[in-house]
Amino acid sequence: MREASGGRTSRKARRPDRRPPLILLVPACVAALFALLPLGYLAVRALERGPGFAWDVVADERTLDLLGRSLGLTAVVVAACLVLGVSLAWLTVRTALPGARAWSVLATLPLAVPSYVAAFAWLSAEPGLAGFGGAALALTLVSFPYVHLPVAAALRGIDPAQEEAARSLGHGPLRTFVRVTLPQLRPAAAGGSLLVALYVLSDFGAVSLMRYDTFTRAIHTSYRASFDRTPAAALSVVLVVMTVALVAAEARTRGRAGHARTGTGTARPAVPVALGRWRPLALLWCGAVTAVAVAFPLGTLGYWLAVGSSATWDLGGLAETAWGTFGVAAAGAGLTTLLALPVGVIAARHRGRGARLLEQAAYAGHALPGITVALALVFFAVRYAYPLYQQLPLLVCAYAVLFLPVAVAATRAAVLQAPPVLEDMARSLGRRPWQVLREVTVPLAAPGVAAGAALTFVVCMKELPATLLLRPTGMDTLATRLWTETGAGSFAAAAPYAAALILLAAVPSYLLGRHRT
Amino acid sequence: MNELHVAGLTKSYGAGEPVLRGLELTVPAGALAAVLGPSGCGKTTMLRIVAGFLRADAGTVRLGDRLLAGPGVHLPPERRRIGIVPQEGALFPHLSVARNVAFGLRGTDRAERRRRTEELLDLVGLAGYGDRMPHELSGGQQQRVALARALAPRPQLVLLDEPFNALDSALRTGVRSDVRAALRATGATAVLVTHDQQEALSTADLVAVVRDGQVAQCATPQDLYRRPADPWIADFVGDAVMLPGTVDSDGTARTALGPVPLATPPGDLRAGTVLLRPEQLRLTDADSEDAVRGTVTDVRYYGHDAMVTVTVEGHDTPVGIRVAGLLAVRPGEETGIRVVGEAGFHS
Repeated sequence: MREASGGRTSRKARRPDRRPPLILLVPACVAALFALLPLGYLAVRALERGPGFAWDVVADERTLDLLGRSLGLTAVVVAACLVLGVSLAWLTVRTALPGARAWSVLATLPLAVPSYVAAFAWLSAEPGLAGFGGAALALTLVSFPYVHLPVAAALRGIDPAQEEAARSLGHGPLRTFVRVTLPQLRPAAAGGSLLVALYVLSDFGAVSLMRYDTFTRAIHTSYRASFDRTPAAALSVVLVVMTVALVAAEARTRGRAGHARTGTGTARPAVPVALGRWRPLALLWCGAVTAVAVAFPLGTLGYWLAVGSSATWDLGGLAETAWGTFGVAAAGAGLTTLLALPVGVIAARHRGRGARLLEQAAYAGHALPGITVALALVFFAVRYAYPLYQQLPLLVCAYAVLFLPVAVAATRAAVLQAPPVLEDMARSLGRRPWQVLREVTVPLAAPGVAAGAALTFVVCMKELPATLLLRPTGMDTLATRLWTETGAGSFAAAAPYAAALILLAAVPSYLLGRHRT
Repeated sequence: MNELHVAGLTKSYGAGEPVLRGLELTVPAGALAAVLGPSGCGKTTMLRIVAGFLRADAGTVRLGDRLLAGPGVHLPPERRRIGIVPQEGALFPHLSVARNVAFGLRGTDRAERRRRTEELLDLVGLAGYGDRMPHELSGGQQQRVALARALAPRPQLVLLDEPFNALDSALRTGVRSDVRAALRATGATAVLVTHDQQEALSTADLVAVVRDGQVAQCATPQDLYRRPADPWIADFVGDAVMLPGTVDSDGTARTALGPVPLATPPGDLRAGTVLLRPEQLRLTDADSEDAVRGTVTDVRYYGHDAMVTVTVEGHDTPVGIRVAGLLAVRPGEETGIRVVGEAGFHS
């Protein structure tokens, strides 16, 4: 019997007759517009005094200098992350390294450390680190997991038979790695490098604490220094252009690499490489990276907590700030999840240009540095919604724009988990589209959506540049307080805020981890 | 009253080849019809159009006196009163068995809903399973719940989309006959989509063979098997022995197996393909008088019967002979073959 069920299922999955119902389409369009608003407004604002003025700001010697500094920092951090990420991935996935699994888990932990906490740790230990070196060090140690994770996954996915074929064709282990393995890691490494580059370009906390001027820091200074906001807007536009160019470049390499792939998934795991006399060296390398990236910041934090207990422990202030942080982060996560829901459902269930456009619009925040979103919202509020200026709702909106991609991705994945046939069944049993949404789609996707909300909560809580610009006067979050105290050199006073931040962020992460298992 | 009438159904996806090309199908009220065809023949597309999940490019779907789909008409699935039993059940994983069955019961009061749920669980042999969650049931039980859920709102038509595919063969027969009995008990008109000819022949009152987006033949299982409209259908619905033959003046066909009487007059056709079923051939002694001689090449034993392949002179492909009971031949031996009953004849 001719069995070719593949063709049939793919046809079903395409669902060419389905247009999103209005109940999804309207809120999804609102969310997409919301996500694009800052970008559009920024462009308008930057060109307000004519392209000539904007060009003057952009072509200014100082701007070019900033461009060089930003790109230089990005290049160094990406290179360092590639070295750390690829070496750790190979050691933990492909070799007989003792405790490979534990090292692998430890190598992901730095993701939980905000860049400004890392900067705080290094500065407080050695104030002389301030500058390019300190910024590069802090940023590398918090962002190398972005390379490590995808490369480790890709290494697990490579069929060992290819490497065995290369060996049998007369290539030595090193040549095999360089000619067969490494090229296949390129898409994963490129994707990870993009994330690192975006992280560095949009980072504000570490560079400002390390007093290393980049675009984000210059935008902040320029905004604070004068009432003329056009230079800040023009600089923001340059920053956005840079991030968009990076995203586009990465998408191009991915498109070409895709053809070279001949299927993922392995029939069997690769035989681990015996390290032999290199074993102590490999262990030393993993130990050293873990020590500086995880143990050192935590240790420093503990030290300052211990020292600080004798100095200024303002428990009441700490509790109040923690509670306030909890509140804005919860509001941010709530609004973001609400906006993400219709976009995520459409992205999962509907094909077509309109649906793709909606999804891409929602992902705009991915390429927008926090400081530019904040600036755009400030401009917008000052002109059109003054009562909102320096009020909480504006800050919550900034969180929604920035972190909509996180929530949309989670919602989309959650909806994809539920088979579409269940929705067909509900229709055939008498439910109208919106009832299907309420009774079947949403309940089934709920755990995944909740996980996305928790993740959004954590990133909202850690957000620094937009919060600094948009928070109501007198209001502090743990992140802004930490920034202020560290900036003033009061490390002991900053430590409790860092500790509270890590603790608060750990709770949803812990719950998420437990939920999965 | 609940007769399903599908006419002129046409559908293509994008710019591709049409999947349905004017499909016609009528299922009398209360009958269970099987739509049988190979993968990609369009049977699932037809089912989705009848259910209302897809729009046809042209054609009409009528159920009783209601027009469900036609030019300018497309009744949404929730208003068609058509129950569906999909592959692998597709129970709502977040609802208990009872709430799954009651999902389509709305607008009735709670007591009535409960009564109907219990009645249906009883009908499919799962009384007392109402509080379980779907993942606590076996595949066969899930499929029965899916049937109960589809039948609960008293649909005018039930569509079954390869519902027994996911079950292993030992379970399949049992679930199949239970489903048949439950459908009979409710009197609903039903359409079973399948690619399994045994399932179609053994379960349905009426079998429609779909090929390239059209119904190639629609008949009772017996007629379909005994009088297939063409050799392709004959081969698709069962094992077939096909031999070239010429019609003699007495109306029989002369073949490599000797003269064979034809079931229907051949008309003007003088030469064509003679079609027999393996069980119409009998093994006899190699030297018996009215038999054709052949050599056994292979014996496949199935328990309840066996398939013996024999090469005969004047025909280059071996013919299959189904033998029930004791098997007395081995490969390499000489045997005689005798034809029983009448043959089909096609151009």
